[in-house]
Amino acid sequence: MSSYSTNEFKAGLKIMLDGDPYTILENEFVKPGKGQAFNRVKIRNLKSGKVLDRNMKSGDTVEAADISELDVQYLYSDGQFWHFMNPENFEQLAADATAMGDAKDWLKGEELCKIMLWDGKPLAVTAPIFAILKVTETEPGVRGDTVTGGSKPAKLETGATVRVPLFINEGELIKVDTRTAEYVARAK
Amino acid sequence: MSDWQPTASLANLKLRAELLTKLRVFFAARQVLEVDTPALSRAGATDRHIHSFRVEAAGGPYYLHTSPEFPMKRLLAAGYGDVWQLCKVFRDGEVGRRHNPEFSLLEWYRLGFDHHRLVGEVAELIGLLVPKLAGEPEYLAYREAFQAHAGLDPFTARPTDCAAAMKSAGRHPPAEAELDRDGWLDLLAGDLVYPALGKGRLTFIYDYPESQAALARVRSGSPPMAERFEAFVDGVELANGFHELADAAEQRRRFEAERAWRKAHGLMAVPLDERLIAALEQGLPECSGVALGLDRLVMIAAGARSIEEVLAFPSDRA
Repeated sequence: MSSYSTNEFKAGLKIMLDGDPYTILENEFVKPGKGQAFNRVKIRNLKSGKVLDRNMKSGDTVEAADISELDVQYLYSDGQFWHFMNPENFEQLAADATAMGDAKDWLKGEELCKIMLWDGKPLAVTAPIFAILKVTETEPGVRGDTVTGGSKPAKLETGATVRVPLFINEGELIKVDTRTAEYVARAK
Repeated sequence: MSDWQPTASLANLKLRAELLTKLRVFFAARQVLEVDTPALSRAGATDRHIHSFRVEAAGGPYYLHTSPEFPMKRLLAAGYGDVWQLCKVFRDGEVGRRHNPEFSLLEWYRLGFDHHRLVGEVAELIGLLVPKLAGEPEYLAYREAFQAHAGLDPFTARPTDCAAAMKSAGRHPPAEAELDRDGWLDLLAGDLVYPALGKGRLTFIYDYPESQAALARVRSGSPPMAERFEAFVDGVELANGFHELADAAEQRRRFEAERAWRKAHGLMAVPLDERLIAALEQGLPECSGVALGLDRLVMIAAGARSIEEVLAFPSDRA
């Protein structure tokens, strides 16, 4: 099993801590001139997303986390798992709801997603930045009202709800930014 | 390959050169003699947490000095009077935003000064080189600094108190057994106490626990106090000074204790400097000395965030 010394720490390095995989966000070497040296690290838990600060004795080693990323194509969901295919070797992978996180709100089929693997198993799925989705439910549109800037909730074909401008009608296609879950524009 | 280029701007290198000119004028005006002592030594620093580079050579290894302290004290014992030196020193493993394994240390010794009088001279020099720091400095005992910023008394706190102080500050402490008592104090110092010091001015900390005396005299009392000081600006440690220990037997005892600690922790054995001990036996005049990190002072003068901004070529481009 490979490991890293604190001397090798840098942003982006994936390490194991208390049984969970983490990515290093920031690393700072802290040492009183005559005293013990520490590495003060800010790390993100790759399972929960939680960000922590830790002080580690300089020179200590930690186990490396076996993390890799793949570009995959979304196939379908059976309600419990979301199934993807690696277009390079046609191998299929199944991600559970935890690994899907918000990504499941934006997928209907064939999207190219990024999947992060931990020990070869799906840990987190990232949807494409923009999704084009059909509005399935919303209050009737206010014709011509493109300037008042009001908004209303709209349910999309994937089941997700986003806020849209008043002029958007049921059956229309809209473009959504999946990082912020915000309406971007009408789509054709 | 683009990393052939310097990381410091021309303006910062000019600023550094200007500070060096002022430095020489400062010491010349005080009749302090500029000296030069060897960077390669047969003996080395036995400090628990300072690691020498060992250099293989004919006739056995040399050690690159981690500070010029020992040979400068030999000059003092030889009766050469007040001395100062600016030199490169080398400390293995120290790399970071404020650390480079080779860095410039300004070190000077003043006969007949106690540590408080030397603190005054350090403040004067820093004020001269960095005018925005020319105001009245803040003086805090080590104990007061810990009480104010970590909420505990460093002379009586146990590791469990230190861990609790970390937690109540929203920090995540390591397991209690991972550090000894001084390790805990170092952690609190680096994480909570020192970052809070020297906000927009110079702060001096003095009177350290005996276990952190290094080469300082210890004043008897309850508890005994090490006559040591450090200077901080904007949370950055800038200088460390001592009312110098002159007792050869006590110095040998401290070196041996450090060597035993290093051995117990699997660290490189460093030969004890018998020439320094011999000089102390001959007699070190009453004096105080201080070492100041010149690159950090240039950082402060330049408003730099990282030491790379003031070094032509940091270690990863060396």
